[in-house]
Amino acid sequence: MTTATTGPAAAKAGGGAGKAKPATMAQALQRAMRDAMAEDPTVHVMGEDVGTLGGVFRVTDGLAKEFGEDRCTDTPLAEAGILGAAVGMAMYGLRPVVEMQFDAFAYPAFEQLISHVARMRNRTRGAMPMPIVIRVPYGGGIGGVEHHSDSSEAYYTATPGLHVVTPATVEDAYGLLRAAIASDDPVVFLEPKRLYWSKSDWSPEAPAAVEPIGKAVVRRRGTGATLITYGPSVPVCLEAAEAAQAEGWDLEVVDLRSLVPFDDETVCASVRRTGRAVVVHESTGFGGPGAEIAARVTERCFHHLEAPVLRVAGFDIPYPPPMLERHHLPGVDRVLDAVARLQWEAGS
Amino acid sequence: MDSLQQRSSTVQEPPGAVPTYRPTPPPAWQPRTDPTPLLPDTEPLRVLGTDAVADADPALLLRLYAELIRGRRYNTQATALTKQGRLAVYPSTHGQEACEIAAALALEERDWLFPSYRDTLAAVARGLDPVQALTLLRGDWHTGYDPHEYRIAPLCTPLATQLPHAVGLAHAARLKGDDVVALAMVGDGGTSEGDFHEALNFAAVWQAPVVFLVQNNGFAISVPLAKQTAAPSLAHKAVGYGMPGRLVDGNDAIAVHQVLTEAVARARRGGGPTLVEAVTYRIDAHTNADDATRYRAAGEVETWRAHDPILILERELTERGLLDEDGRRAAAEAAETMAAELRERMNADPVLDPMDLFSHVYAEQTTQLREQAAQLRAELEAEGEA
Ligand SMILES: Cc1ncc(C[n+]2csc(CCOP(=O)(O)OP(=O)(O)O)c2C)c(N)n1
Repeated sequence: MTTATTGPAAAKAGGGAGKAKPATMAQALQRAMRDAMAEDPTVHVMGEDVGTLGGVFRVTDGLAKEFGEDRCTDTPLAEAGILGAAVGMAMYGLRPVVEMQFDAFAYPAFEQLISHVARMRNRTRGAMPMPIVIRVPYGGGIGGVEHHSDSSEAYYTATPGLHVVTPATVEDAYGLLRAAIASDDPVVFLEPKRLYWSKSDWSPEAPAAVEPIGKAVVRRRGTGATLITYGPSVPVCLEAAEAAQAEGWDLEVVDLRSLVPFDDETVCASVRRTGRAVVVHESTGFGGPGAEIAARVTERCFHHLEAPVLRVAGFDIPYPPPMLERHHLPGVDRVLDAVARLQWEAGS
Repeated sequence: MDSLQQRSSTVQEPPGAVPTYRPTPPPAWQPRTDPTPLLPDTEPLRVLGTDAVADADPALLLRLYAELIRGRRYNTQATALTKQGRLAVYPSTHGQEACEIAAALALEERDWLFPSYRDTLAAVARGLDPVQALTLLRGDWHTGYDPHEYRIAPLCTPLATQLPHAVGLAHAARLKGDDVVALAMVGDGGTSEGDFHEALNFAAVWQAPVVFLVQNNGFAISVPLAKQTAAPSLAHKAVGYGMPGRLVDGNDAIAVHQVLTEAVARARRGGGPTLVEAVTYRIDAHTNADDATRYRAAGEVETWRAHDPILILERELTERGLLDEDGRRAAAEAAETMAAELRERMNADPVLDPMDLFSHVYAEQTTQLREQAAQLRAELEAEGEA
């Protein structure tokens, strides 16, 4: 995996050296694409409404103006066509960055994703890599109507050949997207849409090394139990960890950042320290990512565990209408309930 | 042809060369014998403002007028409800009322409508309760009505995915011996999706009794038609599948009603599918959440306002003495009554039971869902006690 670094282009993009200005996650993603396009003429952005409008979340804002419509292209409205065309472009040496407008509108492209994008390298014995990034705004919590709130990560993680990445912070949004674009393999880049407007004092003017894809990070140190989470559930877990302190529970929070590849090392090191683990995500629980994670942790850390690995997930139902979504999404209370079920008195 | 033969005869053939190519159809090729022309006219059909309007039934003209006034009022009321936070989102059909309503009125009661998320007005014109039509957009449930009760499929959000459903239903009805027609609506952007093409192909191969109505309102969110298709018109797409394509002025309620009525009749008598493109314009933004100034000029909107579907119908009716001040007032008052009722009913908070989350996932609840339901019930009880 290539390690991308913010360079001079990033400094230019930020408007010269100076002190950091608060940026949203949407802006960080946009800067990541802009910097990558400035550095590498083979990077092309395409999708529905990404040009003149700058995307429905404005993540591609200004790219068409700066780089022209051939580099940031409003495509016809057809996801299978968009991703299929990206396959051909990648075959000819370009690095397409494709935007799917919403989670549930990526489904028409599954044929291309699963039958071609994910396995082209393998079937051609490495002759035809697919350096494509598929950006998918995903997840709920924004009051979107039907088909605008799916957590589809399990479909992607079940497909060998795809990297699956999801940032939870503004800094990671920039760094991970740069790394994804630099990757010679296809990356499904899941953007937690309810974090698009979250802010940070991050600025690309301060050059920062970007970690390669596949490294989890400990967001909060703790000794009593590990909350293993990613994407939109990271802020929920951090809030839960703060609230748990009042109960005398000292929680560690691990942000996976990448589901494929999976960072067993960071996760297991944490669980071995704490002896207890809860996996938290908003996608459905049955057959969801938490099932895989809990199994891995159990296989690797069994002798360190003082309780079974628990899961807090969305219910196993089609994503509900906005007026009911708060009952579906795992919130702080549900995380704390699970933590309580770790039978603290037994171990401590 | 002559000149071609002449030219080939002047070519000096070297001895032993292959014989001169004579264009003949490939052996399996069959000429098309169906006399129905497939190519659409070059101009969208207009009736209003032409001599043809004399043939239009005055009662129909007046009915359409009253419905358009109601439809416009519905649009402004629903848009107002988004501002009051009563609707999460509303994709307005301001400017498109004529295609929405005239198309829906071309159906018989036994027919089916397959609307997209934008087509609330068509659904309401067909008789759907105005509040139930807004359930999806208010966010209390995904579909607020029983589709069988109104013969209206759920308002469909993923683009063009309802079109194959319409083909399947129409086909099934024919297999059962019922003379039911399905009308499937889609936007100009939706015609780029694979599902659109597959639906048209199935419909033509099966000669299914289905009518596809494309409302070409100029944009798919921000993307103009020129970036969506290079075809001369969207109606032209019909030809390649082997069905007639019809082009109609979508702001001319009478023309839309006429073309749709013909297409529905054709489907009903076993003549197969038709693709209709109604040329219209979206006066409002894509939804209340969209900023249309980013991608279109204000002047463009103004030229279309001069071709407003209500304006041109009203002019016709007034000139023919079918509509006077009293008639206008009566239509406006009826619309106002509808709006007031809609407002009042939408201002009441919907009563929701969170346990409904688990109610209709399967015909019979799974063990896992029963466990999860119990978990939520316990949480709700704890909340209630707190
Ligand atoms: C499969 C799919 N892709 C993307 C979207 C997101 N989206 C919603 S409306 C829209 C534009 C639709 O344009 P058009 O088909 O012309 O219909 P209009 O909104 O103009 O009625 C888009 C891209 C969607 N709903 N479904």
